[in-house]
Amino acid sequence: MELNDVLAVSKARSGDTDAFRVLVERHSRSLFRLAFRMTGNQQDAEDVVQESFLRAYKQLAKFDERASFGTWLYRIAANCSLDLVRSRKRRSEHLAPPAESEMEDPVASLPSSAPGPERMALSSEVRERVAEAMRELSPTERTAFVLRHFEGMCMEEVSRVLECQPGAAKHSVFRAVQKLRRALEPIASPAK
Amino acid sequence: MNHLTEEELILHYYGEEGDALAAEQHLEECPDCRNLFGSLQRVLNVVDSLPVPDPGMDYEASVWAQVQRRLPARRRYLAPVFSWRWVAAGAALSGLMVAAFLAGRFYPQARRPQAMAVASDPQHGERVLLVAVGDYLERSQMVLIELANAHAHGALDISSQQERAEDLVSESRLYRQTAEHTGDRAIGGLLEELDRVLLDITHAPSKLSPVELEDMRRRLEAKGILFKIRVMGSNVRNQEEPAGAGGTVTARQKL
Repeated sequence: MELNDVLAVSKARSGDTDAFRVLVERHSRSLFRLAFRMTGNQQDAEDVVQESFLRAYKQLAKFDERASFGTWLYRIAANCSLDLVRSRKRRSEHLAPPAESEMEDPVASLPSSAPGPERMALSSEVRERVAEAMRELSPTERTAFVLRHFEGMCMEEVSRVLECQPGAAKHSVFRAVQKLRRALEPIASPAK
Repeated sequence: MNHLTEEELILHYYGEEGDALAAEQHLEECPDCRNLFGSLQRVLNVVDSLPVPDPGMDYEASVWAQVQRRLPARRRYLAPVFSWRWVAAGAALSGLMVAAFLAGRFYPQARRPQAMAVASDPQHGERVLLVAVGDYLERSQMVLIELANAHAHGALDISSQQERAEDLVSESRLYRQTAEHTGDRAIGGLLEELDRVLLDITHAPSKLSPVELEDMRRRLEAKGILFKIRVMGSNVRNQEEPAGAGGTVTARQKL
């Protein structure tokens, strides 16, 4: 029988590593997506996923069982990613764009008879411009934007992850969107 | 006519504005705001096109394999304390101890020195220590690097690093004793120093102000502990090679 999160967490808290395994296997892929969007790098994302599960395991006793385990885990992963991005930023190391070998080129998978903006939007040049624009965001702006835009968290939830006031979270999202708009408007405009 | 601000348009895009109907109505009537909103939508649609690589078919299993290796040992002993498996294991262990005692009493004396020689083989002990210490230093280094690279405008929560430091401190006693036993003073000395640094971290407040964080970072740098760990880690790895050939048992299992 498949364990639900609540039961698995309860068993894992009492030391059942098999139950924790269920949680790891259930959430690792979505955590990877979040971490990749925040770090912009596959290797970093994989490190973040591992580190997040280890932190979660150590903090299981502090987890409030009335809350959603997935959201709690996301919060941990977002913070792990934030720490990593901040430390990278601090050392002025620029995140490398994902290597060609790391992902399939989505353009290649499109039918050749599909011209127009969709094809353009998926071109590697556009992809690189978007990645570059994301790298230009500050770690806080990037986190706030990823959580709001890709993960669909409301501003209130974003502020809880960032441990700041909802107003401050909102402004981080605003600044991120404004920066992205400035950077990407030329390629997103229909005239192009 | 009051135009919608860019912030209001962003909130409208995410469906978080106060009055959705009013914003919608304004957008219908105002071409300027409609253009701005259209531009915002196009940009965010382009952002959506940024793909996420596929981590592979067996990703979940590989994450678990990595995580399981690094799970703190103490939790594994928490759960089944009173299970029948443990009772049976305890009974078997008691039986073995009685058997060992009787064998010791009645086995011919001449065989003893050889057995003792195997048990106290210093080379074997040293190899075991190297493997275990290599792993231990790596994990300690990660905690220290996280703190050394942390950057915070407000209070920084270091409770996760503190928990790991606490685990490491409780582990280190065993390694120090083994180092003492095998006569490896360099490893013993570094472990003692590292112990003090880790204790310093566990005793710090769990939320550090930027000043406290800077202070901790300065203390870490002054002691040069990260450099020492790197040097020792690299020495240990160089000497580990013969140990690796001996089997695939993990360091913790060996100790």
